[in-house]
Amino acid sequence: MIEASLKDLAAALRAGTLSSVELTTLFLDRIDALNPSLNAFITVDRDGALTAARAADARLAAGTAGPLTGIPLAHKDVFCTEGVRTTCASRMLENFVSPYDAHVVSQLKAAGAVMLGKTNMDEYAMGSSNENSHFGAAKNPWDASRVPGGSSGGSAVAVAARLAPMATGTDTGGSVRQPAALTGVTGIKPTYGVVSRYGMIAYASSLDQGGAFGRSAEDCALLLSAMAGFDPRDSTSVERETEDYTRDLGKPLAGLRIGLPKEFFAEGMDDDVRAATEAALDQYRQLGATTVEVSLPNAKLAIPAYYVIAPAEASSNLSRFDGVRYGHRAPEYGDLADMYSKSRAQGFGAEVKRRILVGTYVLSHGYYDAYYLQAQKLRRLIAEDFIAAFKQCDVIAGPTSPTVAWPIGEKSDDPVQMYLQDIYTIAVNLAGLPGLSLPCGTGAGDLPVGLQLIGNYFDEARLLNVAHGFQLATDWHRRMPAVG
Amino acid sequence: MSLSIDEVRHIARLARIELGEGEAQDTLDKLNNIFGLIEQMQAVDTSQVEPMSHPQDVAQRLRDDIVTESDRRDAYQRVAPQVEAGLYLVPKVIE
Repeated sequence: MIEASLKDLAAALRAGTLSSVELTTLFLDRIDALNPSLNAFITVDRDGALTAARAADARLAAGTAGPLTGIPLAHKDVFCTEGVRTTCASRMLENFVSPYDAHVVSQLKAAGAVMLGKTNMDEYAMGSSNENSHFGAAKNPWDASRVPGGSSGGSAVAVAARLAPMATGTDTGGSVRQPAALTGVTGIKPTYGVVSRYGMIAYASSLDQGGAFGRSAEDCALLLSAMAGFDPRDSTSVERETEDYTRDLGKPLAGLRIGLPKEFFAEGMDDDVRAATEAALDQYRQLGATTVEVSLPNAKLAIPAYYVIAPAEASSNLSRFDGVRYGHRAPEYGDLADMYSKSRAQGFGAEVKRRILVGTYVLSHGYYDAYYLQAQKLRRLIAEDFIAAFKQCDVIAGPTSPTVAWPIGEKSDDPVQMYLQDIYTIAVNLAGLPGLSLPCGTGAGDLPVGLQLIGNYFDEARLLNVAHGFQLATDWHRRMPAVG
Repeated sequence: MSLSIDEVRHIARLARIELGEGEAQDTLDKLNNIFGLIEQMQAVDTSQVEPMSHPQDVAQRLRDDIVTESDRRDAYQRVAPQVEAGLYLVPKVIE
């Protein structure tokens, strides 16, 4: 049952051979057994899940169920959930209970999905390893001494270890795709503006985008279809018709043109990642696709530009955490300024503070043009590279991460080394394009390798089709780590 | 470029984050490494490039000027560290 696709689960629920309460209990029991070692969840809501499961069973009996009704789900702890605490993996919000639901949360509630709990992450989504969590690192189920990637590490682990059939995440610089790659699951970040940011605790608002984790592209398509859609409460939500992202899954891949950015295949990628990536491209050629070299000459500037834009926006967004309206307040302080400074010093972890300081500096008087404006100009050059490349191809492919999962602690004291792990994913956020990672092989230590597919604006259905075609022909996505 | 320890203290003050004595040097070292990475940006001539602030380059939507929110003060203040009579309490600001 833990191996069943969302489609098969929905069919079993409709046929009455399985109830949502039974399915939900199965996953809650797995979480009880395995979460102490994997630390994928910060909060588990057994009572709420069982209540939602009973309501889903009633809908199933009444014949009003949708494709996700009764299916358990995990939310990244960045999405506000009314009545269940939302921590953002920060001491600042350790006891925060949101008075409202994020748009994504209410969409999935309306769809009848059953929330099991809230998953671990890097604090405020700032990190690439899930080590920057006030609640401790999440562990990679393929090797518990290694990181699962981040920032949506807990959601990736939950799906990889079959603690949940599906999970939400957010991706500001690779935070869905990179942990998906490192844990051997499928993850998609849609075009900026497709998923509402309402109630999604903000990190870098011009880059943040909600996304989906599943065991397959088909599962991701079903989950994304329920998450996406116009929301007037998010000023950058795009006004488009609601899409069924499963619509193109079955299209043949013959004639597909895959662009391979020469900069992604130059030095920088580990040999094992390269071998798995090349093998996956061969598989695509066997399926009738052709490959063409493209160039993204400014992609190398994506990391420096990102580490100006994201911290700048973070320093502004996180100014709201001042110990007045919500969140941590220092137990002892002098005047108002001292209360702010102590509350923030105690509430934020080291990496969050660093990014706030970088952002404060680059936005400060006299430095705006040299940093923030320059980064925004580079952002345009990076986006234009992609637009030019898509004149020659339908999708772009390459590695998701330059390495397989690394040992916990290896890079945690060197922010720059950690930042460089996102070399292939960050440019996609700067351009606002959709990106997907799917398991495409294994590297050293039998650890998963992810293939990244990048699409043109609003081409999510095609990305999912291209991933699904690969998954029909291969079984990398079916491999499961030996846990429990 | 390289920040000084006084600059780091100044930024921390602007950001309202108290920086302990022992933290300042480590913060300085790490920030200087980060700025070393960021400085790669300066190698590119962008004098003819328009900045891009948003992926879709779209104008902000306008809405009708009508009330859409209900009063949920009690719910919002339930999560506040210190409130009294519907007011958020902070240390005395005016002597």
